[in-house]
Amino acid sequence: MYLIEIKNLHASIDGKPILKGLNLQVRKGEIHAIMGPNGAGKSTLAKILAGHPAYTVTEGEIWFKGQDLLSLQPEERAALGLFMSFQYPLEIAGVTNRHFLKTAFTALRKTKISEADFDTLLAEKMALMEMRAEFGDRSVNEGFSGGEKKRNEILQMALFDPDLAILDETDSGLDIDAMKVVASGVNRLRRPDSSLLVITHYQRLLDYIRPDFVHVLFDGRIQRTGDATLALELEAKGYA
Amino acid sequence: MTAEFTATDYKYGFVTPIDSDVFPKGLTEETVRAISAKKEEPAFLLEFRLKAFRKWKEMVEPHWLNAHYPAIDYQNISYYSEPKSKPRLESLDEVDPELLKTFEKLGIPLDEQKRLTNVAVDVVFDSVSLGTTFRKKLEEAGVVLCSISEAVKKYPDLIEKYLGTVVPIGDNFFAALNSAVFSDGSFVYIPKGVRSPMELSTYFRINEKETGQFERTLIIAEAGSYVSYLEGCTAPAFDTNQLHAAVVELIAEECAEIKYSTVQNWYAGDPKTGKGGIFNFVTKRGLCSGYKSKISWTQVEAGAAITWKYPSCILRGDESVGEFYSVALTNGKMQADTGTKMIHVGKGTRSVIVSKGISADESHNTYRGLVKVVPKAAGARNYTQCDSMLVGNRCSANTFPKIEVGNSSSQLEHEASTSKLNEEQIFYLQTRGLSKEEAIQLIVNGFCKEVIAELPLEFAVEAQKLLALKLEHSVG
Repeated sequence: MYLIEIKNLHASIDGKPILKGLNLQVRKGEIHAIMGPNGAGKSTLAKILAGHPAYTVTEGEIWFKGQDLLSLQPEERAALGLFMSFQYPLEIAGVTNRHFLKTAFTALRKTKISEADFDTLLAEKMALMEMRAEFGDRSVNEGFSGGEKKRNEILQMALFDPDLAILDETDSGLDIDAMKVVASGVNRLRRPDSSLLVITHYQRLLDYIRPDFVHVLFDGRIQRTGDATLALELEAKGYA
Repeated sequence: MTAEFTATDYKYGFVTPIDSDVFPKGLTEETVRAISAKKEEPAFLLEFRLKAFRKWKEMVEPHWLNAHYPAIDYQNISYYSEPKSKPRLESLDEVDPELLKTFEKLGIPLDEQKRLTNVAVDVVFDSVSLGTTFRKKLEEAGVVLCSISEAVKKYPDLIEKYLGTVVPIGDNFFAALNSAVFSDGSFVYIPKGVRSPMELSTYFRINEKETGQFERTLIIAEAGSYVSYLEGCTAPAFDTNQLHAAVVELIAEECAEIKYSTVQNWYAGDPKTGKGGIFNFVTKRGLCSGYKSKISWTQVEAGAAITWKYPSCILRGDESVGEFYSVALTNGKMQADTGTKMIHVGKGTRSVIVSKGISADESHNTYRGLVKVVPKAAGARNYTQCDSMLVGNRCSANTFPKIEVGNSSSQLEHEASTSKLNEEQIFYLQTRGLSKEEAIQLIVNGFCKEVIAELPLEFAVEAQKLLALKLEHSVG
C-alpha cells in the first residue's frame, strides 16, 4: 500500500490549468525528488497537497494513509501526518517562535505537554539544527535570514515528526553551508519509515538528501521517472 | 437624530426597556433646570449645568474627524429617564441563541451570561451578596465607589472642588453637552496612601449597571494611592440611544496611580449598511497633578459605528507618567478616529503611547495623537508606537501624529508600521495544525500583545477572543 497516491491530478488557479493529469505514488520510507523547470507546477503540487485554498482541483484523487486528502482542511492534513516546509516561510509579528511551536505541537498531537517537557524537546531539536536558544524567543521568522527561516522549517519537521514531509525548494536562497546544515538536519531528524517529497530546481540538494526516485515534472505532468542518476543527467543536459 | 438611526432594534433578545418616567424630547434651559431639580441637586451643580448649556448653545457640532456622521437633531432626544430595568427572564433558554453562541466563544462564565441577559440567578451564585461583600471591603479601606448622583448628595464638597477641573465645561461640543445634561455615572475616591483592595473591575463584573447616554465619571486618587478601574465588557452591548457622549475625569495626586481600562463592544450597526450603530463620542482626560503621579489608559475598542475619543494625560506634576495603550478594531462599515494627547508640563515627565489599529472589510481606522512638551518641561520623554494592520483591501488606516516640542532637553521617539493580515499567514498556521480561527487569534494577539498585557488579567483572555471573533468573517 502507498503512503500517498496521486491519481490523474488536474488543478488550476484563477481558471488557469497548472497540473494536467499528474500521477505519483510514494511508499513508506521512500525519498522522492520532483525536479523541473520554473513554472512546471512543482510548487503548485506542494501547495495542493498541503491544502492551499487558492488552487482548485478540477479532476483526480489524492489518497493519504487511506484517506481522501482533498476532503480535508489543511490543519486536518497536518494532524494526519503531512508536513510542508515552505519555500517562503511566513512571518508572524509579536508571537514568539517557542509559543508558535508549542501551540502547533499541541494542536497536531492533540495532547498537552508540560512547559518543561516541551522546552527539553525543543532544546534537543534546536541543537541538531544548530539554532541558538534565542530563536525560541524571537517572533516567528521575523528578521530571520533566509537560511534561518529554512532551518526553522526543518526544526518544525523534527518536532512534528510527520509521515510525509514535502520540502518545497528548501535549498533556494541558501549558501552551501546553510544547505548542508538543513540537509543533514533532514537526514538525521527523519524517521526511517517516514517519507520525503523533495521539490527542487537544482540537483545540488540531492547530493545530500539521496532520493530513491527522481521525477521530472514538466507542463503539469510527470514526464520521466528514474533513480538518483537522472538528477545528474538533468544537471548536465538540462530539462529540454 | 434622524429617523432611520433611531430605529435601533433589540434584535438579540434584549427587550425594549420600560420607560417609567421620561422627559419629553427637546433641550432648553428649562430641560437642564428640570434635570437638576429631578435629581435634587445643590445650587452649584445647577449653575455648572446652566453654564455648560449656555456654552454649548454657542458651539457648533464638530465634524473634523476622519469619518462621517449625519448632523444630530438634539431636539429629538429625551434627556432624562428614570433608571430602566430590563424584564427578567426565567432561564437562558429564553435568550437569543446567537447571543449565547457569542458568549460561549468569548468564554463568559455561565452565571455572568445570566446576569448580562437579566436571567434570574440561582442561589449558588448570589450576585447581590457577593456585591455587598465587595462593597464592605472597599468601605473598610476607605475607598468610595458610588454613582455620581449619590456622590453629589454625600460628598458635595468633593464634587464641587473637582468636577469640570480636568475637562472644563466648554472644552468641546460634546463635553459641554454632557456637562449640561449628564444623567449618571461613577464616582471613585481613594484616600491618601490607600491601595484599593481590589481591581474595581471585579466589582463591576458583579454589579454592572446600564450605562447612560451622557455618562459622567470622576476618579480622584489622593497622594500615594492606587486604583485600577475597568469599564465595559466584551459581551455585545445594545442601546436604543444612538449618541453616547460621556466625560471621564481622572485626578492623580502626588505618587498616586490610576489605571483605567476600557473594553468597548457597542453595537456597530448593520455590517453592510452601518445603520443603527452607536456613536461613541467620549472625552476622557486625566490630570497628573502631583509629583511622580501616574495615569495609564488602556482601551480595547471593538464596537460602535463611530468611535471618536482621545483619552489624554496632562502631566503637570514633575516626573509624572502618562500611558496610553490602545487596540482599535474596525470591521463592517465601522469608523474609528482615536488616539491620545500627552501634554508634558512638569519637569522630567514621561509618556508612552502604544496604538494598534486593525481595520477590516470597508472600515476606516485612524490614529490621531498629540505629544506636546511645553518649554518648561525640561527633560521630558515620549515613546510612541503606532501599528496598523489591514485585513483585506477595502479598508483604510490613517495615522496623524502631531508633535510640539518647546525645549531642547526632551527626547521623543516615534515608530510606526503597517502590515497586512493575509491568507498566506493563515494558511501557514493551518498547515501547522491550527484551525482558521486559532490562526487568526494567534496573529491578532501577536499584533496586540503589548496592549492586551496591560488589561486586568480576567479580561485579557476575553479581549483576545473578542478581537479574533470580530475578524472571523472578515478574513477570506
